[in-house]
Amino acid sequence: MNFKLKIWRQKNSKDKGRFVDYTIENVADDTSFLEMLDILNEKLIANNEDPVAFDHDCREGICGTCSLHINGRPHGPKPKVTACQLFMRTFRDGEQITIEPWRAKSFPVIRDLITDRGAFERIIQAGGFISASTGSAPDGNAIPIPKADAEWAMDAAACIGCGACVAACKNASAMLFVSAKVAHLGKLPQGKVEAKKRVLNMIAQMDKEGFGSCTNTYACEAECPKGISVANIAYLNREFLKAGLS
Amino acid sequence: MGWLFRFLSSSIGQKFISGLTGLFLISFLLVHLAGNLQLLNTDVEAAKTSFNAYSHFMSTNPIIRILEIGLVLGFALHIFYGLKLYFANKAARPVAYATRDANANSKWTSRSMFLSGSIILAFLILHLLNFFVKARFGGEEDMYTLVVEAFKLPYYSIFYVIAMILLGLHLNHGFQSAFQTFGLLGKKYASVIKGAGVAVAVIIPLLYAIIPLYFLLGIGGK
Repeated sequence: MNFKLKIWRQKNSKDKGRFVDYTIENVADDTSFLEMLDILNEKLIANNEDPVAFDHDCREGICGTCSLHINGRPHGPKPKVTACQLFMRTFRDGEQITIEPWRAKSFPVIRDLITDRGAFERIIQAGGFISASTGSAPDGNAIPIPKADAEWAMDAAACIGCGACVAACKNASAMLFVSAKVAHLGKLPQGKVEAKKRVLNMIAQMDKEGFGSCTNTYACEAECPKGISVANIAYLNREFLKAGLS
Repeated sequence: MGWLFRFLSSSIGQKFISGLTGLFLISFLLVHLAGNLQLLNTDVEAAKTSFNAYSHFMSTNPIIRILEIGLVLGFALHIFYGLKLYFANKAARPVAYATRDANANSKWTSRSMFLSGSIILAFLILHLLNFFVKARFGGEEDMYTLVVEAFKLPYYSIFYVIAMILLGLHLNHGFQSAFQTFGLLGKKYASVIKGAGVAVAVIIPLLYAIIPLYFLLGIGGK
């Protein structure tokens, strides 16, 4: 398969950046999107040009490192997959593919397609944890947890923190990410102890980082590679109102 | 009061006020609509007498005068926080995407609350100048004739109907969005609240829009 690529190139955070056109030929249809970029980069290196910088790690859809805005959508056109799990057969032969970094004030571009998602780390540091005494593992069923709560917490824990929710949101809001973390910890009895402090601190940090607010368009849920539900955002709002008004 | 300041300076707190005042303004829409429906009375003399008595009451009664302060506050807070959040949200993405397929993941109406709200605000200002100011400050006693004559003007009635369509779109997203912000859009009630939102968004603007059309098309007011 052949493709026309339009890729965002930016030297560093100070550079204005611009789109550069490339063509790539004879790509097998079972090539992943990132492998396609690898092939392009090998060609660029052979020609003594700068390779395209992009984030990647596990390449099996579980780490949340890849972060490409492909043809106007985070992680490309296929629902519930990360860019690394997107295969070139999804596109038409000869199609033009536009690749951009996540666009948000809180995710500044470091180089080309790589953004600094440290804002997510700082939100986690503000309260996305459970303070537990270390030592030997407690007995499995020592703390009873209702099945529905365990399921909800597990579904929320599927969030890989890739930032597609921020990238998709017209307000660059991080509410889906924060809500997944708050629900994943707050739904479990071990996490209830710090629930109030957690939600207040995480929201304060989220606002401080300059993310927008949620206007309930639900674009985040539609684009989330892990299918995190906006029911988590309702839960987060509920927890915040409870903590903030009591 | 520190907790209140913190609450109101957080994004969720501001959305909470936005949603709460939005629902409050729906109560105003209902009361206003009940008054307006008197215009549809087929007995023109009776319609004129009852509507003028009603507008006289609304512009002079001291209890209404007190409630009016709450209404102005409701509008002011809704508009203030709406604008504040809109500009903060714009600032959260200083560099726009070159390509963005927003229709693939969200509805146009949910993304256009600023646009629909702004047009409704423009309509509201025109509406206040045409009717409210005259009754409240101008001492106008025959509001029936004033309203009916305005509704017979095509440009006025058409703008009225357009504003009502936008009000419908605004309510359609706003109603359920407010409940999501309150944290009440859980699995159990989501369908009930969304259904109620659609009903509110269709019925209220439709009943409002029928009235100018009734006079514009020459069905009533003869």
